[in-house]
Amino acid sequence: MAVESASELKRKDVVGIASLEPAEIQLILDTAEELLEVARRPIKKVPVLRGATVVNLFMEPSTRTRFSFEMAEKRLSADTLNFSASTSSVSKGETLVDTARNLMAMAPDYIVIRHPNVGAPHRLAEVVPASIINAGDGINEHPTQALLDAFTMRQHFGRLEGLNVVIAGDIRHSRVARSNAFLLNKMGAKLRFAAPASLLPAGVEELGATTFLRLEPALEGADVVMMLRIQRERQAAVNFPSAREYYDFFALTEERLALAAPHAVVMHPGPMNRGVEIDSAVADGERSLILDQVTNGVAVRMAILYLLAGGRGAATADS
Amino acid sequence: MQRLLIRNGRVIDPSQSLDQGMDVLLEDGHVARIGERIRVKAETPVLDAAGLVVAPGFIDLNAHLCEPGHEQRETIASGCRAAVAGGFTAVCCSADTKPVNDEPSVTAFILERARDVNLARVYPVGAVSHGLAGAELAEIGEMVRAGAVAVGDPGPVANAQLMRRALEYARSFDIPVTSHAESASLSDGGLMHEGVVSTRIGLRGMPAASEEAVVARDLILVRLTSGRLHLRHLSTAGSLELVRSAKAEGLAVTCEVAPHHFTLTDEDLAGATYNADWKINPPLRSSDHVDAVKQALYDGTVDAIASDHTPQHRDEKELDFSEAPSGAVGLETAVSLAVDRLVHGKVIGIGRLVRLFSIGPAQAFRLPGGSLRPGSPADVTILDLRRRVTVDPKTFRSKSRNTPFAGLKLRGAPVVTIVGGRIVWRADG
Repeated sequence: MAVESASELKRKDVVGIASLEPAEIQLILDTAEELLEVARRPIKKVPVLRGATVVNLFMEPSTRTRFSFEMAEKRLSADTLNFSASTSSVSKGETLVDTARNLMAMAPDYIVIRHPNVGAPHRLAEVVPASIINAGDGINEHPTQALLDAFTMRQHFGRLEGLNVVIAGDIRHSRVARSNAFLLNKMGAKLRFAAPASLLPAGVEELGATTFLRLEPALEGADVVMMLRIQRERQAAVNFPSAREYYDFFALTEERLALAAPHAVVMHPGPMNRGVEIDSAVADGERSLILDQVTNGVAVRMAILYLLAGGRGAATADS
Repeated sequence: MQRLLIRNGRVIDPSQSLDQGMDVLLEDGHVARIGERIRVKAETPVLDAAGLVVAPGFIDLNAHLCEPGHEQRETIASGCRAAVAGGFTAVCCSADTKPVNDEPSVTAFILERARDVNLARVYPVGAVSHGLAGAELAEIGEMVRAGAVAVGDPGPVANAQLMRRALEYARSFDIPVTSHAESASLSDGGLMHEGVVSTRIGLRGMPAASEEAVVARDLILVRLTSGRLHLRHLSTAGSLELVRSAKAEGLAVTCEVAPHHFTLTDEDLAGATYNADWKINPPLRSSDHVDAVKQALYDGTVDAIASDHTPQHRDEKELDFSEAPSGAVGLETAVSLAVDRLVHGKVIGIGRLVRLFSIGPAQAFRLPGGSLRPGSPADVTILDLRRRVTVDPKTFRSKSRNTPFAGLKLRGAPVVTIVGGRIVWRADG
């Protein structure tokens, strides 16, 4: 039984999947589906957020997420301001309250925040009147990524409920894995994690996944295989021995993908390390949905911006 | 001759297995007599303690007073005002000053400031390693001569060899070496207790094993060296079990626990939206560890309740959880938390509570006090077990307000604090 869609998003912020109701997730996905159509128009712009200001506050390097948000904002006709760690005075040591005060002096309607510190969006949401959208906080959550992943799965399979989803890689440091785990559990998918125990968090059962210490057994009957980026530059040398060994035992190759269901699809939040966690033949293969994820990301982010505008009494997406 | 008669109190003094209605006569800085219906001259000041608990002055083994060097957080004056308002007559202060208390001039400075302030007694704990760097022994003997009562770095000591030599060397001065038991490599930048809650809320965890591995190491070193060890703010079931068996073996080990470790869990932290006032090291643990701390208080494994008073400036605590410094102030909440949660919460009796704040800590560091036997220092803590208080950081005497307990309603509080026969603090006056 599919989850009923909520009629509106009755909240100021989207800081994590953990705090969203299943019906709200359904609403975001349904709305994104409608908004996907905008990208197919000759003039890819609707006036829904005309006059609204969005601050994109990126305190961590990001290309695709930042571009995706900016694209979503522009298609909704919002005015955007971009702050990034390298160009703003906001830096390590400034209190969050000061950051918030500075931002609010510009009276933005939305703040899209990516921050290396877990909880920064949550705390900001408590102190500023603007809508906060979390674009990734440390190792905690990346809710828009999980929503676009779910959207992509639903687009392909027509449902989320009952899907066997494997997430493989550095689960312990992955906000993508965590947000996906929260979402897939809420929407009735069956989740599996595959990683050596050194890359799994303590109390992993809390994330509602069946865990496998090798990739092969996790793949059996899988509908979706999502590979996580192995952060070579960030990994302490004690978490796994080498990229070469990682590829040998944990990378998704064509041979390993054959262990999954015949209709299985491959996903990756990007950017990929080809030849480390994923083989190019798989990444570029016909079962890869990796570029669909990117396209869908814009629609999902438009949906969130649009739905959070709720109270603003704006026109519908078709206006 | 300076006298004070404390009349009609319920005198609880575990050092002499006492719990009965009595009078206590203080004279010239010492306990002169203790007994029923002590008769004094008409001009002798009398303090009516009817309905109140009269106990030996409470001693805090672990407070950061931050002076010299971090006066924006706390000074010896503000720390001592907080101490006496919290019912403490004596405070042992840690070596993480600037300059570090690793040589006798700093020890002497602290004692001189404390004498000027003239409220609680202050007992400096020196550093065990020079500059808290964990590489070379600090001037332990010199500091003891200047007045230090123990040595120990307030942070982790990774160097086991230094710990071994310190335990050996300190034997010549008959002082304990204190240990903040933590393996920095196992903690690995952890921000909270590692477990299902850290995984749920996405903060990097540090495992209980980080504490337990070093407790085990230090206990093994006590067996090797015959030194005296005092373990700071123990917070895990495994650590307390290790201490329990070390004590059964007869090793010279004592330990303390902090009030936040028997009152708050990682679930409470999770409910606080990444507010850094809940960031404490050792971290707030899961409820099974909290239960183990209570069990160890009940069965006598724990020698003392220490505040682990760690003032942090508001500007620093307003940083994000991962960047803010750890710690909570505790001098003004420790006793009420203990009475409310442990005595009214039926974990231990009031006699055990008094022991954990008086003779327990006094014996751990071999300090004067902790007793109302005639001849003891005239340090007295008077409690009202029924008094209802609400934790209000705005009323703190401490310069810092970083506490996870704001707004908490508690039953039981200190009402009078007497140091050297002089009333240094009274509630409502």
